Amino acid sequence: MDKHTATSKMRTVKLTSVTLETPTVKSFTFNDKLCSKAKPGQFIMIWIPRIDEIPMSLSTLDPKRSRAAVTVEKIGEATSALHKMKTGDTIGVRGPFGNGYTLENAGKIMIVGGGTGLASLMPLTEKLAKGKTEITFLMGAKTKSNILFYTRVRKLLTRVKGQLVVTTEDGTFGQKGMVTTRAEELLKQGEQFDMIYACGPEKMMQKMFLLTERFHVPFEASLERFMRCAIGICGTCVIGRYRVCKDGPVFSSRQLREAKNEFGHWRRGFDGRKTTV
Amino acid sequence: MPNRLTTEIADLHLRNPTILAAGILGLTTATLQEAIKQGAGAVTTKSISLKPRQGYANPAIVQIDNHSLLNAMGLPNPGAKHFAKEIKELKRQRLHAPIIASVFGFTLDEFTHAAEILSKAGADAIELNISCPHVKKTGSEIGQNPNLVSKVVKQVKNTIKKPIIVKLTPNVADITEIATAAAKAGANAITATNTIRAMAIDIETHQPILANKIGGLSGQAVKPIAVRCVYEIYETVNVPIIGCGGITTWQDAVEFMLAGASAIQIGTAIASEGLGIFKSISKGIDAYLRNKNFRSVKEIIGQAHRH
Repeated sequence: MDKHTATSKMRTVKLTSVTLETPTVKSFTFNDKLCSKAKPGQFIMIWIPRIDEIPMSLSTLDPKRSRAAVTVEKIGEATSALHKMKTGDTIGVRGPFGNGYTLENAGKIMIVGGGTGLASLMPLTEKLAKGKTEITFLMGAKTKSNILFYTRVRKLLTRVKGQLVVTTEDGTFGQKGMVTTRAEELLKQGEQFDMIYACGPEKMMQKMFLLTERFHVPFEASLERFMRCAIGICGTCVIGRYRVCKDGPVFSSRQLREAKNEFGHWRRGFDGRKTTV
Repeated sequence: MPNRLTTEIADLHLRNPTILAAGILGLTTATLQEAIKQGAGAVTTKSISLKPRQGYANPAIVQIDNHSLLNAMGLPNPGAKHFAKEIKELKRQRLHAPIIASVFGFTLDEFTHAAEILSKAGADAIELNISCPHVKKTGSEIGQNPNLVSKVVKQVKNTIKKPIIVKLTPNVADITEIATAAAKAGANAITATNTIRAMAIDIETHQPILANKIGGLSGQAVKPIAVRCVYEIYETVNVPIIGCGGITTWQDAVEFMLAGASAIQIGTAIASEGLGIFKSISKGIDAYLRNKNFRSVKEIIGQAHRH
């Protein structure tokens, strides 16, 4: 079987563990060779039998054990059904799809994550922490109980020169306010970064994009759109001339500049009409 | 370099015979424009109805071996009124490729009304989708009945001045009967074919994978069937044919043309080959023509019928 077919074909897998990360977020681990070998930032389609098929970023990549995981917030029908699943239950997976982040081996890096956007940033941080990088990790949450992957990131940052800054909107943990405010402060103080990565709510990523433009820092953000085929043909997930499933989900400063009338403003619904982000 | 690739079909002038198939991307100005920039000789929009449709729930697509796909999208589209804006914007770009608007309806009036709106917006031709195999009360339910085919084609033909292309379903006992009905009703061209009704079941959970259970098969698996349909239609009616079904390489394109296609549509192969496929297929056809001493791609249309 060629690589395209092997990747795009659905495989059914059994959940090997289900972990409660926050009151509304769970991680689901399974064994699948192709998923475990994905690039940081790639995503997969998860089939919840009888219910739906949804795109999800991979939050763990463990090629040695052929293991991978997704981290999912309970939001709608499909994610609620997934949250009811237990170890041993069956889901379908296809992928990994998309491009993934560009990996910087050295230099000073800022990573900005909000909500479940932190999922795709985990494998990225793991890879980066293996190189000669200095990482400033900004983590945003609404409130203390929503903070995701705090210990995981702290542990990773012990391997490199790094700092972790947590912001909560209500001030119940870390600094009170928005994660982007803290990012702006750092940039204003004249701290130089070789690359800034962001994943989280689109308004947050848009703010980060505008900041990186102002301070001339290369930027990559992982975007989310409604998806169906995940292989670049149905046209559901398009932003400008790009297909998020194939040309993304990670977009560079140059691409975001090109799509700046859409990015952070609106997306297409399943019927192709525009809805606000 | 002499331009061997230019061709005409249904009064449309194409710089090369490759066309973006209906249902593939084609939901926005930017993606249609990108297909043209990457070399498509013409583009077909996603199938548009009078009213917006969300389509079916996911899974809407299943990857099958041999570069083939099973899909049941359920004809999602923003509706003719909204989509007219995308066509108008695309026309403003003054690109060198005709825009074919794919249209479907649940009544005769819906067909004509949607075709009228898109034609007014600037579509260069209308392709009637009377062949979708997985939406009830439209698609192949019309395309399998010669009387209904005749009615739809005649009524749209009476309403708009633009060329009418009719896309046929292979899910019939005799495709020439349907092609004849379409031709007699005034079709300017025939696209052959749409997908084949099919399904896939997951053996672990015992469940049909598609949310809609049944969908349409496209890609390399259907190619020999589509080639046969083009061949049979070419023998029967005197209307230009657009070949469609699993075209992945330039050799596939040439095969369809030898069977009788004046142009070809590409869809599923974009998943594995990307949008660069329009250029690579054009290049391959051009080299083939040069090696065989043909001056124009038009010279190979239907050559298989001499044998």
